[in-house]
Amino acid sequence: MEARSTDDSLIFARPASRLSSLTRAIIAFAGSDRRAMMGGMLLVLYILVALMGPGISPYDLNAPDLDVRMQAPSWAHWLGTDRIGRDVLTRIIAGSQLSLQVAAGAVIMALILGAPLGALGSYVGGAIDSSVQRVMEGIMAFPSLVLALALVALAGPSVTMLWFAIAFSSIPRYARLVRSGVLTQKEREYVDAARAMGQSPMRILVRQILPHIMAPIAVQLTLDFARAITVEASLSYLGLGLSVPYISWGTMIRDAQDFLEVAPWLAIFPGLTLAGVILAFTLVGDALRDRLDPRMRRSLSRRLA
Amino acid sequence: MRLRYIAMRLVQLIPMVLVVTMVVFFVMMIVPGDPVMVMLGAVDGAQVPRQVYDAMRVRLGLDQPIIVQYLNWLSNLLQGDLGTSITYRTSALEVILQRLVPTIYLMVGGLVIAVIIAVPAGVLAAIHNSTKWDHLATGFVVVGISVPTFWLALVAILIFAVYLGWLPSIGYTRPQEDFVDFLRHLALPMSVVALNIAATVLRFQRQDFLEQMHQDYVRTARAKGLSETLVLWKHVLRNSLITTFTVVGLQMAYLSGLITIVESVFNYPGIGYLLLNSIRTRDFIVVQGVVLFMVFLVIVVNLMVDILYTVLDPRIRYR
Repeated sequence: MEARSTDDSLIFARPASRLSSLTRAIIAFAGSDRRAMMGGMLLVLYILVALMGPGISPYDLNAPDLDVRMQAPSWAHWLGTDRIGRDVLTRIIAGSQLSLQVAAGAVIMALILGAPLGALGSYVGGAIDSSVQRVMEGIMAFPSLVLALALVALAGPSVTMLWFAIAFSSIPRYARLVRSGVLTQKEREYVDAARAMGQSPMRILVRQILPHIMAPIAVQLTLDFARAITVEASLSYLGLGLSVPYISWGTMIRDAQDFLEVAPWLAIFPGLTLAGVILAFTLVGDALRDRLDPRMRRSLSRRLA
Repeated sequence: MRLRYIAMRLVQLIPMVLVVTMVVFFVMMIVPGDPVMVMLGAVDGAQVPRQVYDAMRVRLGLDQPIIVQYLNWLSNLLQGDLGTSITYRTSALEVILQRLVPTIYLMVGGLVIAVIIAVPAGVLAAIHNSTKWDHLATGFVVVGISVPTFWLALVAILIFAVYLGWLPSIGYTRPQEDFVDFLRHLALPMSVVALNIAATVLRFQRQDFLEQMHQDYVRTARAKGLSETLVLWKHVLRNSLITTFTVVGLQMAYLSGLITIVESVFNYPGIGYLLLNSIRTRDFIVVQGVVLFMVFLVIVVNLMVDILYTVLDPRIRYR
């Protein structure tokens, strides 16, 4: 352990092949864990579809086609059509864009707001640290969905408001992660070395400590992504999300519930898509955590022994 | 000793309660539009006489500095005054308490069923680690965590109400009116809540039991010659139940969101349904009241869990 941290302190310039080694690590990780493999493939599919958008479908996203209203899945319309004849698959593809946009924004916002608070607390300590912690505990007592619901309902929905409403209750998780990470890392030798070299606290924090605590943050980001997608869809389902021209899976399911009996596919396919995407993030997040959390790994190897 | 611990925990709660109330108070400040007009129920550009407007403004205390407003609001809150509902024109607390009973049935019933399913299932999955049972349990957990609640509820309605016609899809009957009908209405929403909570409880129960099984005290118990059943179901389970209680406590916040969705899908007249309805009718006093009520529920349950710890595990003491 000692030797390792000294090693780290010597590597100030990172290897040139950093990206390719990262890619290789990801591939090796996915290959070694069935969950990561399956989840990862679903994730790539989701992101690709969201990036390409509804343009990859031959059907128009919004134009009604009254000749094909409420048709069950067929070769022409793989996932059927809705009550004014729009192609369900095309709309699901469009929905992936909103869910990705909202969830990505929300987790990034939670990280950006939470991480500095945690770093500040652990670096400064004392009264500031304990008051930050009290505030975080207070926020954690809120039911995240209910808080998001109230915020969006009161302020009116917009992409930025959704980011904030979903991010808000996640802020304490990042603040805590960063706080405990910095507390354990700042006594290590490589931090002393960096300090001795005259690096500023900010630079030490970002360049030295941050890379060491990225692992738990990555796990949290992945799991929060799943949560953010769920909350966005739930808010839209409750009629509190973004309305037209935005297309949300939650809204699709909301509109479908009046036709459960005659056109169940309208509710089933958006729901399955949603569940699949959430499953993907959960699987990858769990696999990452098992890999990165040394306590878990110990119990795993003990189990295998 | 225990009393001292409880007292310390209560003191620790004070800053948390302050933060929570501040968040709620300032969130209410972001409501667009003039709160006086909102309070008067005059939203769509309706005209209000100047005197009425000023009287309402003074009555709401909006002529005072914001910190005074907060302190006034807080002191009312501590006396159980959540304000007067805009739509119901009675005390918001009363409105909430009226809707509370159905929610309690749903929450408590869901939690109890979840624990009854998840604890034995988690233990079995841990004991028969890496077998078909374990994979089944793990699969249930993954699916239970991934499937969005509102969709699960809709699928349940589709199967059990629309296709099979066994249960009513929406609504509520009071148990004192018709107990069987009460149970039939409760069955679907309660199952959705239970499945959701069971997935999380099962996951932690399995994990913790696995870790406990390799502790020294277990080896000692076995060495004493105790039967395997006794060791696992008495010694290990007792220790691992502490984790279960923690998880259930931590689930309280999640549970409030869960019942809000479930009550909305099933038109179940509890406080979650009230919350959504009040959002629709823009009754912000009730919205604020329900949110506060839910947060305090979370805080109180977690406090009780902490106290319960000291009963379950005498080693836990206040540092």
